[in-house]
Amino acid sequence: MFYREAGDFKTSYADDSQTFPIAFDRYRYYAVLAVALGIIPFVITDYWASAILIPFLIYAIAAIGLNILTGYCGQVSLGTGGFMAVGAYTSYKLMTAFPGMDMVTVTLLSGAMTAMVGVMFGLPSLRIKGFYLAVATLAAQFFLVWLFNKVPWFYNYSASGQITAPERLLFGHAVTGPNAEAWVKYLFCLAFVFVLAWVARNLTRGAMGRQWMAIRDMDIAAEIIGVNPLRAKLSAFAVSSFYVGVAGALLFTVYLGAVEVGEAYGIQKSFLVLFMIIIGGLGSLFGSFAGAAFMVLLPVALKVLLVDTMGWDTALATHFQFVIVGGLIMFFLIVEPHGLARLWSLAKEKLRLWPFPH
Amino acid sequence: MPDQLIFAMEVTLNGLLNGVMYALVALGFVLIFKASGIFNYAQGVMALFAAMTLVGIQQGRVPFGHLINEIFGTDIHYFGWEVPALAAILLTALVMIGFAILAQRFVFRHLVGQEPIILFMATIGLAYFLEGVSDLMWGSEIRNLDVGLPQGINDSIDAVTFNLFGYGFFIDNLDITAAIVATVLVAGLIAFAQYTKQGRAMRAVADDHQAALSVGIKLNYVWVLVWSLAGIVALVAGIMWGSKSGVQFSLSLIALKALPVLMLGGFTSIPGAIIGGLIIGVGEALFEFAIGPMIGGATENWFAYVLALVFLVFRPQGLFGEKIIERV
Repeated sequence: MFYREAGDFKTSYADDSQTFPIAFDRYRYYAVLAVALGIIPFVITDYWASAILIPFLIYAIAAIGLNILTGYCGQVSLGTGGFMAVGAYTSYKLMTAFPGMDMVTVTLLSGAMTAMVGVMFGLPSLRIKGFYLAVATLAAQFFLVWLFNKVPWFYNYSASGQITAPERLLFGHAVTGPNAEAWVKYLFCLAFVFVLAWVARNLTRGAMGRQWMAIRDMDIAAEIIGVNPLRAKLSAFAVSSFYVGVAGALLFTVYLGAVEVGEAYGIQKSFLVLFMIIIGGLGSLFGSFAGAAFMVLLPVALKVLLVDTMGWDTALATHFQFVIVGGLIMFFLIVEPHGLARLWSLAKEKLRLWPFPH
Repeated sequence: MPDQLIFAMEVTLNGLLNGVMYALVALGFVLIFKASGIFNYAQGVMALFAAMTLVGIQQGRVPFGHLINEIFGTDIHYFGWEVPALAAILLTALVMIGFAILAQRFVFRHLVGQEPIILFMATIGLAYFLEGVSDLMWGSEIRNLDVGLPQGINDSIDAVTFNLFGYGFFIDNLDITAAIVATVLVAGLIAFAQYTKQGRAMRAVADDHQAALSVGIKLNYVWVLVWSLAGIVALVAGIMWGSKSGVQFSLSLIALKALPVLMLGGFTSIPGAIIGGLIIGVGEALFEFAIGPMIGGATENWFAYVLALVFLVFRPQGLFGEKIIERV
């Protein structure tokens, strides 16, 4: 009834190829934007920002990045944590070496640096496939974390080996550092999410995205019909790493503020982002958001339920959290291996006929 | 003989024995991957769980004690008896078989025919789940595991090498035991696969699921069998690693040490797991010995992966893996 293509006539090519061709999708998108820009910044509190909203936005960027590589191009990567660390350390070096540089440039340059590193570690993907590649990307994970731990130049020879984000202003408001206000951090991350999601959406609809998907579905066949596997795979690695690097940089500068590399960007982070895209849905931008929201909300919800409501021991609740997260992942994979995005499209299918199913 | 060379020899020897320990973990991966095409990330956690269960049974701990105390307000921790090591090992093996049956019944039976990446993710979910269960059952403190394996420096090797080079090699008895156990285990597994009816069924399933089904092999039964075997290999690995460095969370990370071994040896080859383990063990030890001090040390975290990566570029299916044939 509400969700339908019928009666939605397009009179120009521009109309037909717009990002959301179906009116209902478009209105939903405007509504989400209106809430995100018009309501949340005015009611946001520190708790909401640091527990839910900012991690959600940052992980959404990382999930989109990994989804481009794994979901769209079919190259499984377990090196996300390491690439995020590249973004974080690049932004740290830039912020300390060029105090005058503004945060947007710093973040984008961090992404660019990560893209270069990503391409380097993506080179073996031309020879190595499937699980062998997944394990090979672990080399990136372990090597990069080790590198940032062992080479003092990266953490400016600080005694603790940690990196701490100095305060930087954007339009007169602190974005990083302890004095940054919740709504500034939120809007800063939101801006990145908005632009990067829009770019990703259009990349995956365009020629490049089609090449990635052709490689994913069958690389030899794709090569035969004229897709250059070298360009397609490496461009996927570059774009994906750019996103992941931006997410890593934001995680450090805006969210955590101070970082110890093994703890913040360890192998657990790689798995976390991989869970997000699997639970959200491979090859779906909506899935990246849904998966990020799910994995960010789940521990918070469990903590509220077990510790705050039922008064359990924190250690015990942590153990339960493992059991529940593990169980939910298996449950999801059994019930809906294509993730939340598939559930969403099923719901849309139902909405199309509702309330007259015949 | 120059000192450096003697040290290098000792490092190599220790590396070889370490490699056997890696191979022990890698073996569990290969078994499951060969028979069901599942890349079982939970192998390391299975080793942790097995070792924890073994310690718990040995010491007569109450399973889920912490949880029961939290809910009912009681204060129970021990049954008050101690189980002899051998009986505890057998009981733990039974627990691992039970786990195999449950995992097959509730998870993997529902995922037959899914893409490998989905199955892989399911095993990561299983790893989280099992880790949580292990913590709930036995607590998350570090535990000492002692099943009566010989420990400490091997005096005879020390004496022999001292007579030869004037420098006694430090070789741990436990590592030697592990090497012997691993050899027996591999020989046993190969004999099992070659000469028993179940082993033949296992190989048939590994070759082709559908063909095996059509000649009347029960797929479910074979998979439970394979998961049980992997569970028992995990138990052995858990005992070895647990005796070496205590039973704790980091035990589950040995899965990550086994992955490059697998890549190097090939995912589908049992001898490959052993030889891959040896190459990685020696390579890692020598690299840390020769180059490590120059670049800050702790290279064993990543060296194995980079070595495997370089190998793979030249041989994408590993040393002994089945040739990857691609059809359009």
